[in-house]
Amino acid sequence: MIVHALAALLQTQVPGLPEHRVANIFKPLASPAQSEYEIAVFVIAITTVIFVVVGGLIVFTIVRFRRRPSDDTRQEPPQVYGSNQIEVAWTVIPILIVFVLIGVTARITAGVQNASPPASTVKVTVIGHQWWWEVVYPDFGLTTANEIHVPASPDGKTATYLTLRSMDVIHSFWVPQLSGKTDLIPNRDNFLWIDPKEAGIYLGNCAEYCGTQHANMLLRVIAHPPGDFEKWMAEQQKPAEQNPQMTEAKAMFESLSCINCHTVKGTPAVGKFGPDLTHLMSRETIGAGVLTNTAENLRNWINDPQVAKPGCYMPSMKLTDQELGQVVSYLESLK
Amino acid sequence: MAATSVVPVPPGPMEREWTTPDRGTVGIIFLIVTETALFSIFVVTYLVYIGKSLNGPYPREVLSIPIIASICLLLSSWTVYRAEHALQHNHLDRFKLWWIITILLGGEFLIATGVEWYHLITKEHFTISTNLAGSTFYSLVGLHASHVIVGLTFLLLVLIVTLAGFPIQTQFRRVRFLSWYWHFVDGIWVVVFTVVYIIGR
Amino acid sequence: MASIDYPLEHPKIHPREFSFSETLYAWVATVDHKRLGLMYIVSALIFLVIAGIMASVMRIQLAVPNNHFVDPDTFNRLFTMHGTTMVFLVGMPIVAGLSNYLVPLMIGARDMAFPRLNAFGFWIFLFGGLLLYYSYIGGSGLSGAGSAPDVGWFAYAPLTEKAFSRGASSDFWALGVMVSGFGSIASAINVIATTISLRCPGMTLSRMPVFVWVMLVDAWLILVALPPLSAAQIMLLLDRSLGANFFNTQAGGSAVLWQHFFWIFGHPEVYILIFPAFGTLSEIIPIFSRKPIFGRPAMVGAVVAIGFISLGVWAHHMFAVGMTSWSNTFFAASSMLVGVPTGIKIFNWTATMYGGKLRFATPMLFCCGFLLQFLVAGLTGIMLAVAPFDWQLHDSYFVVAHFHFTLIGGLVFGVFAGLYYWFPKATGRMLSEKLGKWHFWLFCIGFNMTFIPLHFAGMLGMPRRIYTYAAGRGWESWNMIASIGVIFQAAGILFFVWNVIQSLRFGERAGDDPWDAWTLEWATTSPPPEYNFEKLPVVRSSRPLWDLKHPQDPDWKFE
Ligand code: HEA
Ligand code: HEA
Ligand code: HEC
Ligand code: CUA
Ligand SMILES: [Cu+2]
Repeated sequence: MIVHALAALLQTQVPGLPEHRVANIFKPLASPAQSEYEIAVFVIAITTVIFVVVGGLIVFTIVRFRRRPSDDTRQEPPQVYGSNQIEVAWTVIPILIVFVLIGVTARITAGVQNASPPASTVKVTVIGHQWWWEVVYPDFGLTTANEIHVPASPDGKTATYLTLRSMDVIHSFWVPQLSGKTDLIPNRDNFLWIDPKEAGIYLGNCAEYCGTQHANMLLRVIAHPPGDFEKWMAEQQKPAEQNPQMTEAKAMFESLSCINCHTVKGTPAVGKFGPDLTHLMSRETIGAGVLTNTAENLRNWINDPQVAKPGCYMPSMKLTDQELGQVVSYLESLK
Repeated sequence: MAATSVVPVPPGPMEREWTTPDRGTVGIIFLIVTETALFSIFVVTYLVYIGKSLNGPYPREVLSIPIIASICLLLSSWTVYRAEHALQHNHLDRFKLWWIITILLGGEFLIATGVEWYHLITKEHFTISTNLAGSTFYSLVGLHASHVIVGLTFLLLVLIVTLAGFPIQTQFRRVRFLSWYWHFVDGIWVVVFTVVYIIGR
Repeated sequence: MASIDYPLEHPKIHPREFSFSETLYAWVATVDHKRLGLMYIVSALIFLVIAGIMASVMRIQLAVPNNHFVDPDTFNRLFTMHGTTMVFLVGMPIVAGLSNYLVPLMIGARDMAFPRLNAFGFWIFLFGGLLLYYSYIGGSGLSGAGSAPDVGWFAYAPLTEKAFSRGASSDFWALGVMVSGFGSIASAINVIATTISLRCPGMTLSRMPVFVWVMLVDAWLILVALPPLSAAQIMLLLDRSLGANFFNTQAGGSAVLWQHFFWIFGHPEVYILIFPAFGTLSEIIPIFSRKPIFGRPAMVGAVVAIGFISLGVWAHHMFAVGMTSWSNTFFAASSMLVGVPTGIKIFNWTATMYGGKLRFATPMLFCCGFLLQFLVAGLTGIMLAVAPFDWQLHDSYFVVAHFHFTLIGGLVFGVFAGLYYWFPKATGRMLSEKLGKWHFWLFCIGFNMTFIPLHFAGMLGMPRRIYTYAAGRGWESWNMIASIGVIFQAAGILFFVWNVIQSLRFGERAGDDPWDAWTLEWATTSPPPEYNFEKLPVVRSSRPLWDLKHPQDPDWKFE
């Protein structure tokens, strides 16, 4: 057990990549987020100036024209009904400001939406499910889940081109340091490309309310340093390891209804309803980010997923202790 | 502080005779405005979903143009106008005649819709759940038909009280509002007809 | 085309105390616009407390990471019911209540144009609200346990479709909201007909109080904006009950269509909600500055402009759905343009105060709170309207902060200002100034403490509508501060409730015109008699009571 835990612990450390846990939109690390950051700063600057000027005026008025105890209450102040010049002034100036804002918005909007990605791109299709992410690499014939591995792009020459779809309801892809949101909508394809400047793990969330476990539909984008992505890909494309010591546990797993919902490549398990488990142990988390992928967590998850993620669509399989042990040890062999 | 419950009447004469629009007129106009907003959403939905159905039967295979019903409905707009006109000039008998014709024409329209739906549902198996065309067709035409039903109910009500001897001339304003509503229902039909039977096929 | 077709009623004298059942009957069967107005406002306040308690529970849950105070389904129901209640059962009846109570008094009429329609509107609204809450007992939520809707206040399809929302919870949402909407439409038609047709002699449109103008445009917005929501809800109900396919993506239906329909309603709706506050400010600021409203025509023009521009900005709630860059830019542009007329209003209010003799009674305090907070709210709105910035901010706590600044910092503050201002008129007694100041300061501090930090949580990537979050993502302290702020808000509201209860019985007698004001409602007794005015007033300027009080220097000489 301890060995397992240690191994699992080590495993989560293996990528050795820095984790960006605080997803601050003002620390952008990819092109779309960068453009959004620039316009954000610009707009905040303008609105701050407006706030200071107008707010200052209001506060000044409140303080300056408050009634003093010495004032004669029967004496009304001069009755001023308005002034057309002033009216025009404070109509025209905001209009001018708004036009500047519209111009900048138009440029950046078109810039982000219509920019074509760098020539060297990895294509990924991300499919939203209630409450996990299916990740497909069509050019590599690979399907995984929840953690999106992409090449980092320190020189800005490689990008990942995402096609966003949904199997059920609307979800939204949001990894703040890489890009703003784009929804995953059933019956419709949306697109987005990202080029993480630094290798690392970027956290994000599903950002469109999608039902009970919307809160735990977390996103992880793992940007590999140059060269590593290909290594990762090569590992993933292998079928599940055939560990001869595992035949009994494997048979146990395959006799359970897990295989109706999950796929383990190269075995009879070909279900499509839940995440692909072929290389489960290469993932850092389970259940779309609710738990770290440790032996103990995995065991608890399979024992009853409803504890960690109440309402999720994997039922508690009510396994006996022995079955549970075997299934877990089998899953742990899926490197 | 001034403790006045006096009504402030400033000195000096009123500049001019004070009149404001009739409240019933305003009410009915804005009722029609909001109904128009309601219909326009259904119309837009119909237009958006034209040709988007994934399976048949498609409108062009099953819908036939309800020419007679449409003519009836449009005619009824004219007859209700005649009735209103008659009432305005206190020709009660003529009013009743035109009013009954209006009801018959409206009734014929409803019956035709009923027959059409019966045919579509039982023979063509084209229902509200068949496909997008079905959903949009039944909702739009149905919404219009429900307005015809409401209109007819009020028309009938007026007829019944009139036949029972109620002096309907005293309610001329309300009769006029009803006829406006009826014109509106007719006008909507022109739009629905164009969208469903001309563009949509 | 006579304008006043009421027979002149004679004052009814009530010589004896009424029994409880008689009083109850009198209220239930009433068609009097003032009673209906008060019933609207009281039900709105009750719903405000209910939804506020829901919000407090949410804030407890979110105060610390990984909290298990409520379970996910409960939390999802809480924010859905909180949002739905606040918008449809607090905001909408406030609109109807204030306009019902005040419009006839301000234009010198004896009642609304259609008193019975008015009563119908109130009861159907209340029925819709009760229907919505009945779902807590009778419905069956997403996960099958009998309970309330849990699909968010904008109920995006296809989450609301039968396949993803089993049971009846979404049906309750659609039906309850739709039914209460019919009430709003009835009352809007009534307000329009009343303002157009029942103005007293001399009350031309250009002399009409700004409040009445605002409510007139508000009624117009209700008439054109609510039907799209009803239409979409009818479609949703057809989908759910008869198997229609409007939002069924399996059958080729569109998931985005619902969003368009909802926001064609939803955006104008937020202006529908803020307008009563615009109205109360336009009445209160002049009185407490002792100056006429600055730039009356511009104020009215700005409201009318908002009433039209706001119909064309809806898709700024949908920047993330993948529209073309052209559509995104268009909706960004139109959204920012709304800032221009809104700015005109803020500037004119300030200019009204400028050079006046400001008296900071409680109503005025709330107005000042409004000005500063709504300024912040509007400017964060501008940030959201910038489409690329919104891709980051959309559906994050920044949006939550933005709209609570508009809705609390704006609407609720404006409404409290109005309640303190007109309470004497409606009850004949003043609210306590001392308790009022406590209410203001506690609520103001609490509100800012809750919602300023949430801007930052949003910018650090915190999405909205999450029932819990992991530690270590930089959100803990912001959420903690926000939750503590609610304590102050609740205390403020308690002071208000106490103030009302206390003042109803022991409050200082108000007299007819305690604020030395200028519009017609202060010319009759407090509370006004059933028929409002013994003789219909005749006016010659927009400040009839000013004319009366200053015969040597009346307004009508300048108009
Ligand atoms: C009372 C309600 C109210 C009001 C008045 C407003 C006012 C505005 N709102 Fe807000 N809004 C909401 C309630 C309101 N909003 C709600 C409830 C939501 C969320 C719904 C949900 O998702 O649940 C929302 C969401 C929302 C979004 C979508 C965010 C998202 O989900 O991604 C956007 C985007 O454009 C937006 C923009 C604006 C703008 C531009 C204004 C403008 O009208 C503001 C105009 C005011 C000013 C600009 C300040 C004063 C002007 C000046 C001092 C002049 C000078 C200024 C300039 C030159 C710019 N709002
Ligand atoms: C008018 C509108 C309005 C108002 C006034 C409020 C008021 C408040 N709101 Fe709300 N809110 C919305 C409209 C409004 N809200 C909407 C539309 C949503 C979106 C919903 C959705 O996403 O679908 C939302 C969502 C929303 C969220 C986001 C939920 C999420 O995304 O997960 C949060 C979280 O903090 C929140 C908090 C609060 C708080 C703390 C208050 C406080 O100001 C409340 C203060 C009031 C009280 C604390 C009550 C106090 C009274 C007492 C305690 C008295 C005791 C009782 C008696 C003596 C009888 N609101
Ligand atoms: C009814 C379908 C269903 C069955 C049966 C099922 N699962 Fe799952 N499983 C799911 C779904 C759906 C998820 C995703 C849950 C989520 O994150 O919301 C999941 C998630 C998982 C995960 C986490 C994967 C990840 O990458 O996060 C593991 C591990 C897993 N299941 C193992 C099993 C095992 C072992 C069994 C059998 C004992 C089993 N499942 C049976 C549907 C099923
Ligand atoms: Cu998926 Cu929220
Ligand atoms: Cu909006």
